[in-house]
Amino acid sequence: MGCGSSTTTVDYSLKKSERAMKAAILIQRWYRRYTAHLEVRRRCTWTIFQSIEYSGEQDQIKLYNFFSSLMDHFTPSNTKERDLITSIFSEKEINEEMELEKYYDFENIHLSEGYKGPHLCFPLTASHAAALVEAFRHKQHLHARYVLQLLLETWKLLKLMPNINRVSTCYNKEITVCGDLHGKLDDLLLIFYKNGLPSVEKPYIFNGDYVDRGKDSIEILMILFAFLLVYPNQVHLNRGNHEDYIVNLRYGFTKEVMQKYKVHGKKILRLLQIVFSWLPLATIIDQKILIIHGGISRSTDLDVIATIDRHKYVSAVKQPKRRKTTRQGQRQPGECCCGINRNDSSPVPSTYRSGSDSRPLNSISKGVRLSVDKELERCRKQVGLSDDTRVSLLLSESDTEQYEASELENAEWKQVVDILWSDPVNQEGCIPNVVRGGGCYFGPDVTKEVLEKHNFQLLIRSHECKQDGYEFCHNRKVLTIFSASNYYEEGSNRGAYVRMGPDLIPHFVQYQSSKTTRKLTMRQRVSRVERSAIRDLREQLFAHRCDLLRAFEQCDKTKKGKISLNDWANTVESVMQLGLPWRILRSQLVPNTTDGHIDYQAWFEHLAIEQPIKETPQSSSLLETLYRNRSNLETIFRLIDSDSSGLISFEEFRQTWKLLSSHLNTEISDQAISDLARSIDFNKDGNIDINEFMEAFRLVDRNPS
Amino acid sequence: MAEEREIAEAMISEIHKKITDAFDVFDHEYNKTVDVREIGTIIRSLGCCPSEGELHDILAEIEDEEPTGYINFDRFLPTMTKVLMERRYRPIPEDVLLQAFEVLDQEKKGYLMPEQLTKFMSEEGEPFTQEEMEEMLSAAVDPDKNVILYKDYVTMMAVEAP
Repeated sequence: MGCGSSTTTVDYSLKKSERAMKAAILIQRWYRRYTAHLEVRRRCTWTIFQSIEYSGEQDQIKLYNFFSSLMDHFTPSNTKERDLITSIFSEKEINEEMELEKYYDFENIHLSEGYKGPHLCFPLTASHAAALVEAFRHKQHLHARYVLQLLLETWKLLKLMPNINRVSTCYNKEITVCGDLHGKLDDLLLIFYKNGLPSVEKPYIFNGDYVDRGKDSIEILMILFAFLLVYPNQVHLNRGNHEDYIVNLRYGFTKEVMQKYKVHGKKILRLLQIVFSWLPLATIIDQKILIIHGGISRSTDLDVIATIDRHKYVSAVKQPKRRKTTRQGQRQPGECCCGINRNDSSPVPSTYRSGSDSRPLNSISKGVRLSVDKELERCRKQVGLSDDTRVSLLLSESDTEQYEASELENAEWKQVVDILWSDPVNQEGCIPNVVRGGGCYFGPDVTKEVLEKHNFQLLIRSHECKQDGYEFCHNRKVLTIFSASNYYEEGSNRGAYVRMGPDLIPHFVQYQSSKTTRKLTMRQRVSRVERSAIRDLREQLFAHRCDLLRAFEQCDKTKKGKISLNDWANTVESVMQLGLPWRILRSQLVPNTTDGHIDYQAWFEHLAIEQPIKETPQSSSLLETLYRNRSNLETIFRLIDSDSSGLISFEEFRQTWKLLSSHLNTEISDQAISDLARSIDFNKDGNIDINEFMEAFRLVDRNPS
Repeated sequence: MAEEREIAEAMISEIHKKITDAFDVFDHEYNKTVDVREIGTIIRSLGCCPSEGELHDILAEIEDEEPTGYINFDRFLPTMTKVLMERRYRPIPEDVLLQAFEVLDQEKKGYLMPEQLTKFMSEEGEPFTQEEMEEMLSAAVDPDKNVILYKDYVTMMAVEAP
């Protein structure tokens, strides 16, 4: 009896535990599949944001290259053209030494009676800097007079600093390194809250990209510069690729400054250009860890970098150009001389030769130059210049020599661009970074080579947003640190900073600066970020609908208005060139399919977005081109709005559009442009308000999901 | 006969494209390789529901003799095609899933205590990590009653077919 009952008990319990195990595995399998789906959605969302962001950067550089080549090869022969081009490219050279203080005569900027913002007095003390942080935390506004004064003092200090800062962890100090902040004041405040304000005991290194995209860029700069002035030996600021006025035109910093400082904004921006150009390029800890914003290339040589005149590169986007020589072949005063700090007789080592491993941002080969000339010719014809005024556009060989910088200057420029713009990849080698348009993609072999050459053990860089705020690669020899949380959208990523003591072992702190995301489940978070990405993507698709329609029609052999899923995916990619997984995204972008086919006309109806500007059959493709290039247009407008009134005249608008249309290879009739300009002039005063213009293109979603 | 073969070829072609797309999402370098740790996610995103043990079996087929930490598309494609053609590791129907939850809920109350589920998921079968457990609880636990109404939970979690 005993045996019988015990056998039954054992059997039952065995069965029970086996059942339990099977049940557990079932639930676990099912749950893991669910999270895998979420992960794919999150990954796709990320790719969408990133590819839109990088193609925007590429656009910016292409646009600038185009105008730059215009400057080189185009001789305007009417006043209007000349005025337009010079206003885009005017470089009011200021003899820094003498004139800065006079030009920025802030003594005469008086604080208004009702000013309730923070006051600064120089020399700054730690309590001033801390009070500034508190003031910004309470959303106060710093008066332009103090902004200018602070920037001037910062400039004076930065001028004394070498290109490469050297820092040591002696005295058991832990150093904190922060990555991109991009105008996100909340994140900087959170870092200071968690980690403490900068002080003698608490050194900080900030690795560039303080501005653009976020809405408090100027406040971040004020705080960082204030602490730099108070603790010049403990606070170190590297330059990022966004510390560059060309990039700022597109990514929001210029706009932010002009909006917050309507009267003195232009002065502030000009002074900022100078301050940015004086920011050091690199920081080294204990001669073992190299910290730079972007990355490296095979030719990166710190000895070269240490000797260049870094402030020559007001914008890293602009290739150095020598001015035309006078008849005697003498250089004109004020021109950059690269030999100032160097022994001119030193031979040029092989590393100086501009290699093929990274693309200089403005490489115009002869073939490209010729086609640019053809376009310019067309452009001139459109503008209506008669043949007598035709000027020789094709410069002779000897003439072109004057417009190209020496190999040495180019090699130096390349060193700077590589540091600010490059990205690490897992593939070996070093190739041009075509997605961003500048710098290169460098592999683990390049890292190994460069680190070994200088006897470093780690490269810390930023420049790329990471889901968890930081990421190692290249066998833990490269660390990316990114400090702007929720960069693409609320909930998209965490930010992080890293602390290191004398042992140089990194300790990470991650955070996310919003209170709401913590209460959401993973699914809710992913959904929310995803909705935002899909919305951005729909805008992009809508902006290209004429091209897409044409491509679909070519593909649709039966002319029934339907194409297969496969053709849809291939066509969309060939037009958009974003490298996205269109088949996976299809269900979010195209709601209805009938037996594996998509009705593409209906699809555009679905994507359709309400526009405040009335669309006629004649104007629809023009509007679409305008919409697609609104960022380019905004950039140009802000460039030519030289008195920063926020207004441009009809004539300026027309001229701008003509130049841009030759860049874009589209034909726009004079009448169409004039009609459009008139319709955009909302208050009918003959001027177009830049902000109003941009507002007109903030499209309203007709199908809110 | 030829028609049948055409249909079969079309089906295989569709399957190949699905696999390629899913693979490409994780192919960060655009060189047709993915990190081996992402393979589970990729396979699951294609509609399969393997256990961890079954995943290891698939990996054994795909991985190189000397594992490099990366999986090549050329090895992934044929194996994954077979998996999809043979409809292996199909997802679990809702009623079977409910029965699995009911193994814990002996008294058939209709709900589970969070501690119960935690102990079960963290100790039995192929245990959850702490992160997985926390995530599941955050969505599963009814905030007012502090219990897991598993029937509602399962219904809510039903994944739409891609």
